[in-house]
Amino acid sequence: MGTGWASQHNAAWRSTAVTVGTSILAVTIALLAGAVFIAVSGHDPIESYRALWNGAFGSRRAVGETLAASVPYIFGGLSFAIAYRAGMFNIGIEGQMVMGGLAAGLFAGWDLGLPAVVYVPTSMALALLAGGLWGSIAGVLKAATGAHEVITTIMLNYLAFRLLSFTVLETDKHLPVDPQLQATHMAPPEARLPIILSGTRLHAGLIVGILAAILLWYLLFRTTFGYNVRTVGLSRGAAAYAGIRWGSTVVAAMFVSGGMAGLGGGSETIGLLGQQYNSPQGYGFTSIAVGLVGRNHPIGVIAAALVFGVLRSGSNAMQNQVGTSREIVLVLQGLVILAIAGLAASGRIKAWWARRRRTTMPTDEFSNTIGVEPGVTPEL
Amino acid sequence: MVVLTRGRVGRRVAWIVTEQVEVPQPQMAVEMLGIVKRFPGVVANAGVDLSVERGEIHALLGENGAGKSTLMNILMGLIHPDHGKILVHGRDVRFHSPRDAVDAGLGMVHQHFMLIPRFSVTENIILGSEGPGAFIDRQAAEERVAQTAAEYGLVVDPRARVEDLPVGIQQRVEILRVLYQDSNILILDEPTALLTPQEVEDLYRVLNALRDAGRTVIFITHKLREVAAISDRVTVIRRGMTVGTRVTADTTAAELAELMVGRGVSLRVDRTRAHPGEVALQAFDLTMKGRGGVNALDGLSLSVRKGEIVGIAGVEGNGQTELVETLAGLHIPESGTILLGEMDITRDDPVERRRKGLSYIPEDRHHRGLVLPFSLTENMLLGNSEIPPFGDGRRIDYAKTEEITRELMERFDVRAPGPETSAGALSGGNQQKLIIARELFREPAVLLAVQPTRGLDVGAIEFVHSRIVAERDKGRGVLLLSFDLDETLDLSDRILVIYHGKIVGEFSGERVDRAELGLLMGGRVPHGDRVGITT
Ligand SMILES: Nc1ncnc2c1ncn2[C@@H]1O[C@H](COP(=O)(O)OP(=O)(O)OP(=O)(O)O)[C@@H](O)[C@H]1O
Ligand SMILES: [Mg+2]
Repeated sequence: MGTGWASQHNAAWRSTAVTVGTSILAVTIALLAGAVFIAVSGHDPIESYRALWNGAFGSRRAVGETLAASVPYIFGGLSFAIAYRAGMFNIGIEGQMVMGGLAAGLFAGWDLGLPAVVYVPTSMALALLAGGLWGSIAGVLKAATGAHEVITTIMLNYLAFRLLSFTVLETDKHLPVDPQLQATHMAPPEARLPIILSGTRLHAGLIVGILAAILLWYLLFRTTFGYNVRTVGLSRGAAAYAGIRWGSTVVAAMFVSGGMAGLGGGSETIGLLGQQYNSPQGYGFTSIAVGLVGRNHPIGVIAAALVFGVLRSGSNAMQNQVGTSREIVLVLQGLVILAIAGLAASGRIKAWWARRRRTTMPTDEFSNTIGVEPGVTPEL
Repeated sequence: MVVLTRGRVGRRVAWIVTEQVEVPQPQMAVEMLGIVKRFPGVVANAGVDLSVERGEIHALLGENGAGKSTLMNILMGLIHPDHGKILVHGRDVRFHSPRDAVDAGLGMVHQHFMLIPRFSVTENIILGSEGPGAFIDRQAAEERVAQTAAEYGLVVDPRARVEDLPVGIQQRVEILRVLYQDSNILILDEPTALLTPQEVEDLYRVLNALRDAGRTVIFITHKLREVAAISDRVTVIRRGMTVGTRVTADTTAAELAELMVGRGVSLRVDRTRAHPGEVALQAFDLTMKGRGGVNALDGLSLSVRKGEIVGIAGVEGNGQTELVETLAGLHIPESGTILLGEMDITRDDPVERRRKGLSYIPEDRHHRGLVLPFSLTENMLLGNSEIPPFGDGRRIDYAKTEEITRELMERFDVRAPGPETSAGALSGGNQQKLIIARELFREPAVLLAVQPTRGLDVGAIEFVHSRIVAERDKGRGVLLLSFDLDETLDLSDRILVIYHGKIVGEFSGERVDRAELGLLMGGRVPHGDRVGITT
């Protein structure tokens, strides 16, 4: 038998440390590589990053902006994470956010005169439902016909964008939309997520996001549903053996995934902006990176969302003060994804590196620092 | 060696003594010295020594978790040792990846298949040994594969997709791959676990031919019979250390068993007569379409009583897999009825069947029985997650599950650092023990046991067999399906012969006429008619 309790504890702790370490390493690599890009574009990387940092944390207002910028990433990352756990690659987060934002925007724009305690939660619930249903379409298509979710969710994105345009450009007076402004009506204060840090735009969407993450953690790691989702995502054969229905589990997971995205769209609409404009916000694709950096773990997603929020909110200051294009942030996001993918393939890189050196055998510590997850090593 | 030559030293001519390093042809194909490998919480190899002579078949024997697969994975460059020295044909080597090992003439058949299910047989076989250039001449490759297959008598369809093949055939594909690579040193990690006796014979023939051609074979097995039949020498490993190497002809099964486990082992099943009770499981007239439109199950009926072990004997591919999977609820039959006790379970899903008292040890532990990245605790929940005390259908009690897992690990001797270890980090035999522990925990009314001792060491087989007999004696019905005919004969109280999706014969476990059994399995009734024609 093993070497007792301490070592087991140690092993579990170690695998978590490896996971977290990988994400941190990926972000670090991206920042270093980004520095090269900045330098090539003729700016000082250190100055740029300093401006970025100050832009994100330099004042109360800045901190509020940074946290507010993280909110949609939290929802988007959670959305990606649960789908991924079920073995689904949800590229449709953007469309699901649009559906959620539109639902909440229309409902809030109607100005039904409800008290805030009713109005806000109902709007958010509608956002969840709209996003969830939109997401489950891809789930149903997959379960019923085997259509690949990457294709269907991309198509559903376009469909959602058209639906949004169609709705907000509607000139008929039945809908609370302003075709001139190309947006839903501005939500009344009692239909808005309240500001939680005075003097900033930080709204209660952050709290909803954190609660959603905790709930999702509970769902995944404490309930039968979550167990089924994780089993289905890792082994269809074992799921069949255990009598877990693959189809319905995938559809349900896609509902939750779309629902998280819908909440994200809703929280932007009735939180930050007050109305849904005729343009997708563009959080969907970054959300994939958030999910991956957060290792598709709800708590990891929150941490990753904060990182991406910092990049986003600090980028303006960087552009204004140093002149470094804020688009560099997009480059950084791409680099993070590349770094994650690269580290996943690090086994091969390690072998290549070792072959180059040929002198000493690599110590095992090295293989353990980079993403080689226990249990998957020898028989893969 | 010291060599004297006449040469000039300064201005004088004199004898010069030079020492020459002798370069004899090394006798050893593989030498592994003092290999140490630690995993978190486990020392898998604690200083193993292994010397394999060129041109011999060398068996590697050891308990489950002794470190055999780890040692061979180290030799193949899949795992890097913490310490130790490896010599191949006398040369000090450090393989950084399996590619290096293959380049050096080594090839390995892994304990768990490394095939890509969606690829064809040919694609899988040529993978890693494609020639230079971007294109593959598919037809030429297929021909070469077919040729290799024919040469060694391992028949497979080179165009079939691997995922469509039964595991026994997949095993052949694995072996073919190594033969195709034309390796000088072949490592086979439990290659016979999924082969029928006939296929095992064929494999022996292939290995003997290879040895006679000067190749070296390292052969891992738990079956002492195979060690005796095929190997020249045998090395026994226990708990990560070499305990000895013997010339096979000079040793006995009992000695090897004792070296392995450190105690005497009973190599035969001890069991008393069965006292069968009422019917526990009954199937009437089951029909199921198989691949290619032929009926995989063709009006099959059988029954298992409480307190008896019923073994199914048959040549692979006669509907065994379909039968068990239909009984387990993975498929719904096209027609027919299944009764568990009095309950009609024909249309129940697997969860419902479990709830009603059915347990199922599946044939394929990696693709059905376990979720490898899951912890042992999470694997304990597979099929149990909605059943108390594990869960109530909504929530799962992970703390309780962990407690049960810990206890079962103790009881079934599952060797792992703890319940949080991922199942993929366990040795093959320990994975099997985990599944058996899980399936017996629920105290089932009926146990479907498919290859229950696949990959287990002699000690563990003794344990599992006695557990199965004990379950029987507690009044449970057991349906046993094993490729190992000896196991079926040893363990079963009654034997049913399956042929073309039907039961075509029955024997009492006490008196089996092997010749008659063999004929029936081959689809003939003892007086010579084809079974398929007479019915
Ligand atoms: N990747 C891994 N991570 C952690 N522990 C491992 C890993 N691989 C093997 N082990 C541990 O090392 C020990 C030796 O395992 P190994 O697979 O070499 O055993 P084996 O002799 O092949 O056994 P079996 O006959 O059951 O296949 C076991 O305790 C196993 O749990
Ligand atoms: Mg092994």
